[in-house]
Amino acid sequence: MSELRVNPTRMELTRTKRRLVTAKRGHKLLKDKRDELIRRFVHIARENARVRKEVEESLQNALRRFALARSVMDGPTLESALMYPARSARVSMGRRNILSVQVPEIHVDEESLSETKQTYGYADTPYELDEAISTMADILPQLIKLAEIEKTCSLLAEEIEKTRRRVNALEHVMIPQFEETIRIISMKLDEAERSSIVRLMKVKEIIAER
Amino acid sequence: MNYMSKKMQEIGVIGDSDIVLAFRTLGMQVASCDSPQRANMAVHRLVSQGIGIIFITEDIARMIPETIDRYNSNPDVALIPIPGSKGTDGFAMQSLKSNVERAVGANILLNTEET
Repeated sequence: MSELRVNPTRMELTRTKRRLVTAKRGHKLLKDKRDELIRRFVHIARENARVRKEVEESLQNALRRFALARSVMDGPTLESALMYPARSARVSMGRRNILSVQVPEIHVDEESLSETKQTYGYADTPYELDEAISTMADILPQLIKLAEIEKTCSLLAEEIEKTRRRVNALEHVMIPQFEETIRIISMKLDEAERSSIVRLMKVKEIIAER
Repeated sequence: MNYMSKKMQEIGVIGDSDIVLAFRTLGMQVASCDSPQRANMAVHRLVSQGIGIIFITEDIARMIPETIDRYNSNPDVALIPIPGSKGTDGFAMQSLKSNVERAVGANILLNTEET
């Protein structure tokens, strides 16, 4: 590991030692952060996989019902029945802080969940359509949960990657570099001290001879 | 938490015409598209309307990886892949797995759960 290019002076030595202490403390903190992030991430990732599977299944089911409804009524009638949506899906997005990672927190607006009147007459639509729509409405909360957890998951993954890079940079580059620099500076300082002692002894000898 | 930052917004859906029809009944903002260009445009249009949650069917999400990557680190915009009318093709699970791999370094946990 290469050392830093600094002058071998006492001042540089103290400065490098101070930097080493800071780097070590930062390393420890980041390592703790990484471990905690991973611990939480594992939970969230498991949850994510579970929720996703659920959503995929129920969405599949809902879409099948739609296909069924489509098969018993003709296209234009279906189009016109669904021309104007009976409800509006609204959510509010907040922020949550997981170890200083900003993750979204999504709430569904109450009104979006409540039962609403249909905007089409019952006369020319089959009951399959009503059923299809109500199954769709049922999976809305699940979908929102999936959105929240999946976003959280990917944000956390990114943060973990960043933190790990920093930990590794400190552990394998910065800290060894500082240690090496300290070693070299103190070696050079010792050497300078020895040579000055020798010089003094020599001078003393010369003076004593006279 | 921070009450001021919470504002009501709609939900976006991008997919083929069947999906779009189904989601419109929920009152979502929908955009149907069949080409990567139109999908990109749809995403940007929905985001510029202030929509933070956009569900995209997997087959379309597959066509626009750059756009998905771009919004990956943005906490305000969530592009969530959902299975299309033909069912899931594993794209979403794949990206979840790659997330886990990126974070933990190995993909032990999801595999053990599936089997």
